[in-house]
Amino acid sequence: MTESGEQALYQSRVRIYPRSVKGRFRNIKWAILGLAYGVYFLLPWLRWERNVGPDQAVLFDIVQRKFYLFGLVAHAQDLFWLAGFLMIAALLLFFVTSIAGRVFCGYFCFQTLWTDLYLLIERLVQGDRVARIRLDKSPLGANKLLRKAGTHLLWLLAAFWTGLTFTLYWGNAPELALQWLTGSAPFPAYATTLFLTATTYVMAGLAREQVCTYMCPYARFQSVMFDADTRIVAYDVARGEGAAGRHKVTRNLKSHQQREQQGIGDCIDCGYCVQVCPTGIDIRDGLQVQCISCALCIDACDAIMDSLGWGRGLISYTSERQARGQISRIWKPKTFAYGAMLVAAIAALVWSVSHQAPLEMSVVQVRQPLFVRLSDGRIQNSYELHLANKTDQPLQLAVMMRGLAGAELDIGELTSLRLAPQHSVRIMARVRWEYGHRTKGSRSFHFDIVPQQRQEIGMISAPATFFIPGGEQ
Amino acid sequence: MNEAKSKTQGAVQTTGHAWDGDLQEFNNPLPNWWLWAFYASVLFALVYWVLYPAWPVAGTFTKGILNTITFVDSDGNEKTTHWNTRALLLKDLQESSEAVRSQEYLDRIAAASYTDILADADMMAFARSMANGIFGDNCAPCHGAGGGGVIGLFPNLADDAWLWGGTVEEIETTISNGHYGFMPAFEETFNAQQLDDVADYVLSLSGQQPDADAVARGKDIFQSSVGGCYYCHTAAGTGLRSQGAANLTDQIWTIADVTGAASLRDKQAAVKRVIANGVERNMPRWSGRLTPTQIKLLTVYVHELGGGQ
Repeated sequence: MTESGEQALYQSRVRIYPRSVKGRFRNIKWAILGLAYGVYFLLPWLRWERNVGPDQAVLFDIVQRKFYLFGLVAHAQDLFWLAGFLMIAALLLFFVTSIAGRVFCGYFCFQTLWTDLYLLIERLVQGDRVARIRLDKSPLGANKLLRKAGTHLLWLLAAFWTGLTFTLYWGNAPELALQWLTGSAPFPAYATTLFLTATTYVMAGLAREQVCTYMCPYARFQSVMFDADTRIVAYDVARGEGAAGRHKVTRNLKSHQQREQQGIGDCIDCGYCVQVCPTGIDIRDGLQVQCISCALCIDACDAIMDSLGWGRGLISYTSERQARGQISRIWKPKTFAYGAMLVAAIAALVWSVSHQAPLEMSVVQVRQPLFVRLSDGRIQNSYELHLANKTDQPLQLAVMMRGLAGAELDIGELTSLRLAPQHSVRIMARVRWEYGHRTKGSRSFHFDIVPQQRQEIGMISAPATFFIPGGEQ
Repeated sequence: MNEAKSKTQGAVQTTGHAWDGDLQEFNNPLPNWWLWAFYASVLFALVYWVLYPAWPVAGTFTKGILNTITFVDSDGNEKTTHWNTRALLLKDLQESSEAVRSQEYLDRIAAASYTDILADADMMAFARSMANGIFGDNCAPCHGAGGGGVIGLFPNLADDAWLWGGTVEEIETTISNGHYGFMPAFEETFNAQQLDDVADYVLSLSGQQPDADAVARGKDIFQSSVGGCYYCHTAAGTGLRSQGAANLTDQIWTIADVTGAASLRDKQAAVKRVIANGVERNMPRWSGRLTPTQIKLLTVYVHELGGGQ
C-alpha cells in the first residue's frame, strides 16, 4: 500500500445511463443498424444454385479450403484477396477518417451497433435513463429482479444468436443450426458460438464504452489522421457561452433577447447532450478521446434548440478550422493520397477477382536429388506439378512441355488426366534430356497444360528450369 | 456541477511522495475491470491445477481429476490415462476428421491393384505424401531423403537402373524380403596385371576406351572360368537380376565412382578397388516392421521416383 492510504489504486467505473434521443443522426444510425443486422443475420440462410458445391450463398469451407461468395469460389491460393480486402478496408478507414473523423466508430463499428441494440433492450425492459437510475437505486424486490433478469436474459439471447450466426457462415446453415441445437454439431461450432456469445454479452452489455476508451486500438490510431480540417462533433463555444457563460432558463433569462442583453449564451445547460452520450462525456468540454462521433448530442441539442425556436447548430459537425471562422478544405494532398491508394487497391482487387484463372498450375522442382544420371547417359530432373481446376466442370487435360529440344516427358500412367470440378491434384513429372557435352547450369523451359474438350479455357503454361550437372561423363 | 467534475477529471493525482524536493510520482489508477480480470486469471489457474497435471510432487506429479483420455494404443488395446498431450495426439491420429479421411484413402489403396493406383492421380498424390513420411522414417537413413543413395554404399532409387528389378511387383518383393547383395573379392584370385586388365575390360563395356590389348586380355578373364565374372554379370555384361548383379554396360555406377573420377586412370583405380575387395550389401526385410499397406505405398513411391519399369 502507499503511504497515503486513502488513495485509490483502482478506479471503479462511473456508470453511464445513456438517455434515448430522436433526430436526424439517430435515424441514420437506426437505418445503418437495420441494414447491417439484416445482412449479418440473414446472409447465411440465403440459398444459391451451384453446379458443384453447397447451395449456400456465402460459406467459408475451412476443411475443403474453399470460400463461396455468391457466384465466386475463392480457393486457398486466392487468400491474398483477403489481404487486398483488408487493405481496402484500412485505406477506406484512413480516407474517411481524415475527412469526416470517427465515422466508423460512431455509425458502423459492431461495438456501437451491438451497444445500441443492448441499450434498446435495456430501455424496453427497464425504461429510459431516469427509470433505470431509479431502478438501480431501489432496494432489491420482485420488480427489480424481474426487470434486471429479463434484461440480461434478452441480452444473452441476442448474444447467442449473434454467436450462432457467425458460426453458420462456416457450414451449411440450416443443417448446422439444427445440429447445434440437438447437440450433434462439431466441437469448434460450440466453442465459437459460446465464445462469441460471451464476448458479445460482456462487451455490449457490461463493458460498453470502456471497450472504446481502454481497449480499442482503432480509436487511438484514428486520432493520428485528424487535422484541423477533419469533421468533428463540436460545441459552438462562442454561441453557447456568450460573454458571461451559459445559464439555465430562468424567469429573467427566458427570451433570446434577454439573454443577449446580459451576455449569456444560447446554452441553457439542460444537460441533455451529456445524458444521451454513450461514452458519458460532456461535448462542451471540447474534443475528447472518448468521443466516438456518434452525433447523438447533436440530435439532443437540436431538439432543445427547435423547442426554443433558436436555430439549430449549437452542437454540430464542424472542424477546428471552421470553428475558428475559417474555411476548411477537404481536398488536400493527404486526402488525395488516401483516395488514390484506395481507388488503386479497389481496382487491383476487382481486376484480380474478375481475372481468376479457370485452370491453374504451379511447378515445384524436386531438389533432392536435383538431377539423376540415367543408364543411357541422359539426365533426369523431376517436378511436382500442382494443377487446380477452378471451373464447375470436369476437365480432361494433356500435360506437355516445350523448350528443351529432344527431351522426354514422363508422367507415368497418368496419360489421360481427368480433373474433377473445383478439384486440385499434384502429379509427378520426370523430364529426361540428352546430356551430351552441355555446360553446367540451368535451362528454362515450360510445362503446358492443354484442356482437351473445352477449348475456350485455353492452354496454360508455367516456367521451370532443367538442371545440368557439369563435368564429363 | 459540470465544471467541477471536468476539473477533477483533467487533473492527475500524485502519490504524495516528493523526492529531491520536487520529484513526484503520478498515480494513474487502473480500471477496476482490469483488476477483476487479474483475479479471474488467478481463479483460472487454480481450476487448471485441479483438472490438469500441474505440480511436481516427490518424483511424480499431480495428475488432475475428472480429465482422462481414452485411446487405442499401437497394440490395439484401449487405454485410459490422465490428460496429456501425447495421448491427445494419439487419439487425434485415430479419431480426428483428418485421420478418418486419410484412413479412407488408405483403405482405397489397400483394396486397389497397382495398375489402378498408378493410373489415378488422386491416389498417386496421396501415396506420394503419405509414403514420403514412411520413406523418411525408414528408408532415408541409407537411401537419402529423395532416394538419391550414396555411391559405393547404397543404391540410387531415383535413376532407371534396378539391380533387383523395377516393376512394382519386384520392388514390393525387395522391400518386403530385403536383399543380400554379394560379389566375391578377387584380390587373391587375380594378380596385379589381371586386375588391371579386367578393370579395363569392364570400363570398355560402357563406352570408355582404355588400351585395346588390355581390354582383350581382360575379356578372356571375364568370360572364362579364370575370373568367372560372366556367371553373374552375364556374357554381355548386362547383369542378372536374380543375383542383383549390376549392368556394367550402362552409364550408372553404384559402387565404383567412375562418373566422379576425372581421368581414365582414376576410373580404372575405382573399378579395381571394387574387383579386388568385392561387395557385400544388405538391405533388411521390412515385412514384419511395416504393414502391407505401408509397403504398398512405399512401392508406389519408389516406383515413381525414377519412373519405374
